[in-house]
Amino acid sequence: MQAEKFPHKTAVTMSYINKPKFKHPQMQTNDIGLTRRDYEGTLTTLCGGCGHDSISSAIIQAAAEMSLEPHRVAKISGIGCSSKIPSYFLSKAHGFNSVHGRMPSVATGANIANKELYYVGVSGDGDSASIGLGQFCHIVRRRINMLYIVANNGTYGLTKGQLSATADLGSKTKSGEESHFDNIDMATLAIELGASFVARSFSGDKKQLIPLLQAGLSHKGFAFIDVISPCVTFNNTDFSTHGYKNTWENHIALSEVDFVPMREEITTSYAAGKDKEITLHDGSAIHLHKTSNDYDPSDKENALHHINAYKKQGKIATGLLYINQSMSDLHELQETVDRPLNSLGNQELCPGSETLNDINNTFR
Amino acid sequence: MKPTDIADPEYFHKVVDCQWACPAHTPVPEYIRLIAEERYTDAYMINWQSNVFPGILGRTCDRPCEPACRRGRIEEEPVAICRLKRVAADYKSDITNRLPLIPKKKNGRHIALIGAGPASLTVARDLMPLGYEITLFEKDTLSGGAMRTQIPRFRLPAEVLDEELNYILEMGVNCRFGEEVTSMRDILAEGYDAVFVGTGAPLGKWLDLPGHVDAKDNIHTGIEWLASVAFEHITSIGKNVLVLGGGNTAMDCCRTSKRIGGESVSVVVRSGFDEMKASPWEIEDAMNEDIPILNFHVPKSYVIENGKLVAMEFEKVRKEIDENGRRKLVSTGEDPAILPCDDVLCAIGQENSFPWVERDLGIEFDQWEVPVLNKSTFQSTNAKVFFGGDAALGPDNIITAVAHGHDAAVSIHMQCEKLDITKRPDPLTNLSSQKMGIHQWSYDNDISADFRFAVPHADKQVTLNDINVEVELGFDEQLAFNETMRCLNCDVQTVFTDKLCIECDACVDICPTDCITFTQNQDEPKLRANLLAPAENDEQDIYVSDLLAGTGRIMAKNEDLCLHCGLCAERCPTNAWDMHKYLFNTTKAENACQS
Repeated sequence: MQAEKFPHKTAVTMSYINKPKFKHPQMQTNDIGLTRRDYEGTLTTLCGGCGHDSISSAIIQAAAEMSLEPHRVAKISGIGCSSKIPSYFLSKAHGFNSVHGRMPSVATGANIANKELYYVGVSGDGDSASIGLGQFCHIVRRRINMLYIVANNGTYGLTKGQLSATADLGSKTKSGEESHFDNIDMATLAIELGASFVARSFSGDKKQLIPLLQAGLSHKGFAFIDVISPCVTFNNTDFSTHGYKNTWENHIALSEVDFVPMREEITTSYAAGKDKEITLHDGSAIHLHKTSNDYDPSDKENALHHINAYKKQGKIATGLLYINQSMSDLHELQETVDRPLNSLGNQELCPGSETLNDINNTFR
Repeated sequence: MKPTDIADPEYFHKVVDCQWACPAHTPVPEYIRLIAEERYTDAYMINWQSNVFPGILGRTCDRPCEPACRRGRIEEEPVAICRLKRVAADYKSDITNRLPLIPKKKNGRHIALIGAGPASLTVARDLMPLGYEITLFEKDTLSGGAMRTQIPRFRLPAEVLDEELNYILEMGVNCRFGEEVTSMRDILAEGYDAVFVGTGAPLGKWLDLPGHVDAKDNIHTGIEWLASVAFEHITSIGKNVLVLGGGNTAMDCCRTSKRIGGESVSVVVRSGFDEMKASPWEIEDAMNEDIPILNFHVPKSYVIENGKLVAMEFEKVRKEIDENGRRKLVSTGEDPAILPCDDVLCAIGQENSFPWVERDLGIEFDQWEVPVLNKSTFQSTNAKVFFGGDAALGPDNIITAVAHGHDAAVSIHMQCEKLDITKRPDPLTNLSSQKMGIHQWSYDNDISADFRFAVPHADKQVTLNDINVEVELGFDEQLAFNETMRCLNCDVQTVFTDKLCIECDACVDICPTDCITFTQNQDEPKLRANLLAPAENDEQDIYVSDLLAGTGRIMAKNEDLCLHCGLCAERCPTNAWDMHKYLFNTTKAENACQS
């Protein structure tokens, strides 16, 4: 009966519904007139409770607060649960869901073609620490100017919960299989390979994650954030080191980070010794509150030492682990022209036989 | 803050804004869902149990539910709750087999009800099924009280009124109509077990200005004039009519005048437009009928020529706020306005009137001649005498009278059963999960983003020429369905179980209106300021959990802007959030003595 009269409402009540467009009436608009809701993507299809959704949400918040123009952002990913994340934020940005483990190649190509975009690569522990480990090593080494996020849950969620290469020694799968191998620590790997910004965070701790994402986006050079992002379906047990419980209990911030966008005047005065102000290339700043006096995020060896020392105690060092602002990125090293390569026209790329002759003459 | 006690029946009741605001606490979202399912008769019966006159109220209610509606806080306009109620009445099938059975063998108690308006009829409706014998006194020859005499037929057709009155009268009420009660002593002498007074506020106020002696044949009090029109004692009015007053009675007076001969009809109001007491929709309807409303005009005198009323003089004023913050009306200094008129209708207020209640019967009255009552039992200082409706607390509205009637019926029944009537029985509540499967709820959580739909009106040329033609046509079924889809289902509650929460933030991330925050526990003002989106509406509660095992934080949910879309519960991996339908029914006489 209902079917005849109201054909658009015949289905049994069934969700997912679309997220209602209604928003908090007092929600702020940012400098370019957008609200946080304008930075959302499609509704997630990940399991309810997946840490990856909190990463999407943190990116949305970070981008909205920074007033990033969505069309100036490119989202690139590989394969896996993690690599679905770009669908769920900034639907008006550019996106490329690429081949398993090959996100670094696509990101490198895109970055070389147009250096003026913000590049956000999202990958997972399978995508970056196993099949794509080689690619990962080389994109770090090549110093691509981008933010590279690994949503790290220590398991292959999409294939139902096998141990991944980042699973800690002794950690167990949901079915009880124990990891006999030491884990690949993506953060220490990135530091050793020459990344100029390395951080670690936890999807559940947005207070820490959001400023780190903002700092990573503002940083010029290769910024890497390893985000512990629990797999609620296959790796959230008491005997997993990547579950919510263990991460809440054992993640320790080496430094607390506040991000100060460039338009805001820095007014807070900071206590000497414990606090440090770092101005980034775009004029924004990060304010570091160090939790121990001897921690210096500009010292590579010191950072590695702290990470390993905490690891021995079963703790996970988080926060901004390492930053070096003096390193040049790929474009600087290659001395590319100021304009993005993809904007160069025929005349500039093929200047004609006269110019070729001129060049050839210089070798004669 | 302390963890919220959701076992308190009032907590979730308050979240259902419309039901909470309704004096009779009608379960609004429940019947709106039934209308969406085309179960009009079921929707009607839910209303009938709660507010007794769904067809009447669906046309005439003051709608305290609508300003309260959450929809008005997340977009502009509330759900058209009142007109959806009318839909249930318009499209229902025969309900006579659903009415309560009336015992043939009476329980031996006999109750007198004085005045056949909404309050008394509600008492009759609640007590007749319990075997009471009821005698209903009414000075007019027909029942309905203000619903018949004060509301014009172009807003409430006679057949709608009679249908709903007859459901009650046909229960076997002993009607003594056309019999004005002139002595409470005589009534008490008839030996009733209880007497309920529902005589309304029948005394219209009159404006005693210079010239009134000569003009008195053409000055009428609004409510008496409307009653005379309703009973067809008055069938015409002069060409120029001034209606004094800015309330709903003034709106009914001016629109009625337009239909029985008034050609130039104006409403004249002392105060400003935004201070008028009339419901905005009634003002709008009057203005749609091209009736001007003149604000800031203070009446000064009736202008008489040759012994006959020809005009009224008004002083023009403006509003000022004095140094004490008090609002004053001060003269603008302009020349007075002289507005020609043949008739004046004073709709400036009404009062209770009890000249027929002797003052030596133990029924106390206060300094304003209002009976001294217990506000929850409606019992007067004479234990056998109860008051309800406008007679109890002064002029209000139909739905308030119904609510009083229900409460008084509970009191009368408990008293007859020798129970302490001040120990009011608990409401009937039920809280149950609506989960049907993964991502599947028993309610439609996909709310529509449409703006409020307007109710179609009949052609103005037709309605202005026949006082009995109803102006509003009511929603058709498709419009009604579309409007039901705007309801947020605020009675489907977000219930949080802290022991199940793993603090994954899934609910925080999905919530469209940023209602949910996990944070350190603080006192309420600090917590309100520190939520993800600040909670500035202090009338709406914050739902606070106990400390969570993982981090020692709490879950704090701002109830104010929750869409009840259920996405938090859909995303929750552990069922810490679940959607539970909360049904709340006030106690009626039939349940009052069951414990």
